[in-house]
Amino acid sequence: MADGNGSSRVPDTGNLETSLLEAGLLAETLSVAMATGGEFAEVFVEDRRSTSAVLDDGRIEELSSGRDRGAGIRVVVGETTGFAHTADLSPAGLRSAAEAASAAARSGGGGVREVTLDGPSGPASAVVEILPADVPKAHKVALLERADNAARSADGAISQVSARYGDSQRRIQLANSEGLLTGDRQIRTLFSVSCVASGDTGLQTGRESVGHTVGFELFDRVDVEDLARRAAGRAITKLEAVPAPSGEMPVVVGPGGGGVLFHEACGHGLEADLVAKSASVFAGRRGEMVATPTVSLIDDGTMTGEWGCFAIDDEGRPAQRNVLIEDGVLTDYMWDRLRARKEGREGSGNGRRQSYRHLPMVRMTNTYLEGGVDDPKEIVAGTDHGVYVAQLGGGQVNTATGDFVFGMTEAYLIEDGRLTAPIREGNLIGNGPEALLAIDAIARDFAMGSPGMCGKDGQGVPVGDGTPTLRVARLTVGGTAA
Amino acid sequence: MAGTRDDEAGVLAIAERVVAMAAPGEAIEAVVVHERETEVRAYEGEIESLTSAESRGIGVRVVRDGRQGFAYAGTLDADALIEVLGEARDNVEFATPDEHCAVAEPDGVPVADLDLYQSALVDHPTEAKVAMALELERLTRSADPRISGVESAEYGDSVSASAVATTTGIRATSRETGCFLSAYALAEQDGETQTGFGFSLGREPGDLDVATAAAEAAERSTRMLGSVKPASGRIAVVLDPWVSAQFLGIVAGTLNGESVQKGRSLFADRLGDEVASPLLTLVDDPTDPAATSATATDGEGLATRRNVLVSGGRLERFVHNSETARRAGTTSTGSAVRGYSSTPGVGVRAVSILGGDRTPAELVAGIDDGVLVQAVSGLHSGVNPVSGDFSTGAEGLRIRAGELAEPIREFTIASTIQKMLTDLVAIGDDVQWLPMRAAGVTLVIGELTVSGV
Repeated sequence: MADGNGSSRVPDTGNLETSLLEAGLLAETLSVAMATGGEFAEVFVEDRRSTSAVLDDGRIEELSSGRDRGAGIRVVVGETTGFAHTADLSPAGLRSAAEAASAAARSGGGGVREVTLDGPSGPASAVVEILPADVPKAHKVALLERADNAARSADGAISQVSARYGDSQRRIQLANSEGLLTGDRQIRTLFSVSCVASGDTGLQTGRESVGHTVGFELFDRVDVEDLARRAAGRAITKLEAVPAPSGEMPVVVGPGGGGVLFHEACGHGLEADLVAKSASVFAGRRGEMVATPTVSLIDDGTMTGEWGCFAIDDEGRPAQRNVLIEDGVLTDYMWDRLRARKEGREGSGNGRRQSYRHLPMVRMTNTYLEGGVDDPKEIVAGTDHGVYVAQLGGGQVNTATGDFVFGMTEAYLIEDGRLTAPIREGNLIGNGPEALLAIDAIARDFAMGSPGMCGKDGQGVPVGDGTPTLRVARLTVGGTAA
Repeated sequence: MAGTRDDEAGVLAIAERVVAMAAPGEAIEAVVVHERETEVRAYEGEIESLTSAESRGIGVRVVRDGRQGFAYAGTLDADALIEVLGEARDNVEFATPDEHCAVAEPDGVPVADLDLYQSALVDHPTEAKVAMALELERLTRSADPRISGVESAEYGDSVSASAVATTTGIRATSRETGCFLSAYALAEQDGETQTGFGFSLGREPGDLDVATAAAEAAERSTRMLGSVKPASGRIAVVLDPWVSAQFLGIVAGTLNGESVQKGRSLFADRLGDEVASPLLTLVDDPTDPAATSATATDGEGLATRRNVLVSGGRLERFVHNSETARRAGTTSTGSAVRGYSSTPGVGVRAVSILGGDRTPAELVAGIDDGVLVQAVSGLHSGVNPVSGDFSTGAEGLRIRAGELAEPIREFTIASTIQKMLTDLVAIGDDVQWLPMRAAGVTLVIGELTVSGV
């Protein structure tokens, strides 16, 4: 499928991004930041451009362009981090932010400390075939109109459609007092469709989205009309939905969507900052069997093109593939610089931040469960009575207790080993450590899920996830049916 | 300095400068924001982090021939202003023409004089803010021997100034201060960990109550120790103010003109109908200075006002911005909501329920068999404001024979928004503003489905 875009298709080179600020200015800023006796200082520079276009109620409502640029400076002294950010990238603006950060981390020590930066280093940024900025805006808008037409003609019961196109180019640059100088350019493209269906039972909704860390070539692979028809179908199906059951039962999660379950059930609990504060049920459990032996869970920031990937994390560390659970055994947590340093170990490429206005912390990238050997059809056939979740909504977890919820936006009853009636929306609730041990089937149909935004401490970052079909022997379905 | 009268004049001058660049036949709306924030986090007796931040931003909307284009930038540099205006103009031609699309016109409604700015906050030394965060952490840790740690103890504040200017003659400015303390406690007993939060809010640090925030965090976490998973069933549920405020925000979100016009509100055809228990009177009033989210002008620069949404259970009104009002053939209710990075949406700003005359304890005493919910999770994934279905994770306490009994967790509560509103059987006297667009109050719902074992 081609979207008939007329822009030239010259793959850009994917060079190391170091062009935001000059090395000399960065070194000077770091010297100022270290002047009060800091042990570590870092300058994070960001320049982000984004475009979004919204179609709603049959109209292109708006096209919006955004630009954000600035620098965040942190200084670490002992247990204290001082942080300041500025949108003023002039030498004076950077100096004043560096002074604010170092004053915040005041140590009493003093003296001038010159910082010398090494030559630029690090992995090259991902290669993009078509820079979204090179694509005429009219082509972006046309995608929305096609999606709208496809959704509305899918079924007469579709009463409303909204579609959104978004692209962003995020250039970052990092320099720190250890001499590191590196950068990255991250390009993401996103498309989503939401439909409302109206029937005798009221209104129902259906949504589909696709997002990748790629350029406009996304639409060579993704047919927006097909995406729109799937969103419409989801809303139509739910017009016939019965109330969801209430209580504990087996839950089968379809391919792709189950990543949210792992993201909540244990992903957050394996973040080293929460572990270090004993705010995770998985604290102190490395080396222990925490899941069914067929469970292997990976967090991988290097998965080319996936929503949560990048060349370097927001502390300048190259992305890497980290095995969190291997054959049921908890092998490692995820780390940022601060936590890794305290443990005297290397980071894991999980130090991320929403923007230059935020301090980095431990975050997931693309988190997925490796495929198993079971036949997905047999998993359903072997389930007497339960729920099949075809699409999950978001979720939430209390890492200290391990209790987590996730929403089901398309789900069906399983009766006598067969999918029967669609069920109305609701949450499922479980406990992470218990759910991991209750996984009793993993299929071989691995798929990545929809693009997600993960929120933690008020910061949102793009994350990906994936799973094959799997069954949890017992979760609580939060419906209203007796 | 952010937030001073000078600063209000400063952001307005920038907005006016952009508006003055309008070409013939073109309407422009510019929104400019300048904010300064401090955040202090304490951990185990030390300052974990101290952030001092300054943010500026501008959003420009250009309307020509019924079409709008928008652009924003997180900087107020002169070159950025030109770039933003140029981008917004360039974006105009891709929108679909719509006769109702326009920037707001002055409507003559007087702007309330709200005192949302306290210079005491601006003058408060950083050392004192640091001391407050450390004290919060210390008090939370020592509040109960079962407190095993404090996951976070934080002091935060902000001082902001903003302005809206349009070619139609709107000139609105505002400035405000705000600060908060929050503690998140970990309680441990027999290898089990539970969590609870405490909070205090104000316009300046003198409003904050460290001891109460610490005691609440400790109380909420320790009382969950020994919790069990309840049996499934239909049962009376008491929602504490933190929980009711979150539900209230969602309910009020369905009562906006845009959702109604676009066929996304479950109350679209219900104006004038009885949609809730006669006990329920729901008001959105951003001019109440006690509201955390109080504001005298809305996102289009029009005066905010008191809007009664539901009166004695009857649906009275939907809220509008100027565009949805024109489409509905009515006037704006001063309910445009936005940041500088988006075009004006529609929504409530400060919604509250008219309180009852019984204390929370009296309400609990009247329930033979029920559940008190003190926290919910998964609101974003478990509530569908279009269909009205809701199901959220919950934790709290059982109520037996009018007394609070054992703690319970890992269950959900579910119903529909429509049914919950009619199942409302009692309202407490404890209306309180919380750090969201809604006030909380203890509510008793006659029946919700609890899903547990």
